[in-house]
Amino acid sequence: MMPTRIIALVIFLLLGAPSRAQVPSLSEAAGRYSLVADHSSLAFTVSAVGGPGIEGRFMRFDGNIDIPMDDMERARVMITIYPESVTTGQERIDNFLKSDAVFDTANEKAITFVSTHVTRTGEDTAVIEGNLTARGRTFGETFNVQLAEFRGTEIRLHVEGQVYRSRYGMDVGTPLYSNVVDFDMDLAVVRR
Amino acid sequence: MKLRNSAERYGLVAIVLHWAIAVLAFGQIGLGLTMMRVESQRLAFDLIQWHKSTGFLIFGLFALRLAWRLANPLPRQPASLRPWERRLAAVVHRLLYALFLALPFSGWTLVSASVLGIPTLVFGLFLLPHLPVEISEPNENFWRFVHHLLAYAAIALIAGHALAALRHHFILRDETLKRMLHPVRRTKP
Ligand code: HEM
Repeated sequence: MMPTRIIALVIFLLLGAPSRAQVPSLSEAAGRYSLVADHSSLAFTVSAVGGPGIEGRFMRFDGNIDIPMDDMERARVMITIYPESVTTGQERIDNFLKSDAVFDTANEKAITFVSTHVTRTGEDTAVIEGNLTARGRTFGETFNVQLAEFRGTEIRLHVEGQVYRSRYGMDVGTPLYSNVVDFDMDLAVVRR
Repeated sequence: MKLRNSAERYGLVAIVLHWAIAVLAFGQIGLGLTMMRVESQRLAFDLIQWHKSTGFLIFGLFALRLAWRLANPLPRQPASLRPWERRLAAVVHRLLYALFLALPFSGWTLVSASVLGIPTLVFGLFLLPHLPVEISEPNENFWRFVHHLLAYAAIALIAGHALAALRHHFILRDETLKRMLHPVRRTKP
């Protein structure tokens, strides 16, 4: 083949390759999965008026996903986040986040999310509703999920959602720092 | 009551500015000392935001005060003062002026140099921009040191200043404190 043809073929393959993840059938996907923290990231940002805001991530968390054979909407998601693992790259900010001003990690060891309902919104997207508990307060929250990859025993999900922190007694710094926490998570789960 | 100073007495504007700044500075020092020592980080954060706003207000009032001082006669000191008292008072007053300009400025610089990059929203109303200084831990620590040093110098000077005023009033029983309390009266027709 001529080199130009090869280049054209490569471009065709790159552009034409399916950009979406292969969507498994329910029977293929059904099962119990565990979150693999090492392959996942759980990041958040809080914007500030006229400033850089705060970008952080939790380093320790675990969780499970149960996908039943018959009904995707009955899937269950449970995630536990350990707030003392919060990090922003700036130790003084980390200590502030761990203090009584925000997570109060001396008294509060875990933040939990337990889904109550999953609604499929597209071929590879869903909305998960559930109860988020932090600092002893529980509220319903909603997250958008996109299937990023399915590889038989491993699923990668991209999850986004916004949480109002004031409801959980973490309103310090508002309105200088936004009340809205933007979550951006890449979750890798493996079949148990 | 007259707004402007006369050659003998202070006018209303000078008196109001003096006491407004005195009250704010007293509160500001208390706030500064408290916010560094409270247990709750939550409370400390809020107090620091108040401290930055009040500091900015004092800065503004002080600029007005300086302008008013330059545009008005300085009332003569009571004749009963000895030369060393006159000289000491003049030095302390000048130092107080210098400190009240340098203190807010050093606070502003410290906040601007901070690696935490916390914006200053003055009384929640408008954003005070950061000064264009190097943002680094050493620079922040340097200006923190300067701000703390100036704050302690101000505490000492203000205490001396206030004690001197009380001495004039209760021991020497002269007009010094009274004339900072009662403005010049209009001369009777
Ligand atoms: C007349 C005006 C001011 C006075 C009398 C004052 C006084 C003080 C005092 C007494 C402290 C505590 C020092 C200590 O505990 O050792 C302090 C700390 C502080 N001040 Fe001010 N201040 C003034 C203006 C400002 C301004 C305008 C700002 C910022 C815009 C500012 C920012 C700060 C900050 C951030 C701290 C804490 C420093 C640290 O983290 O150690 N101050 N100030």
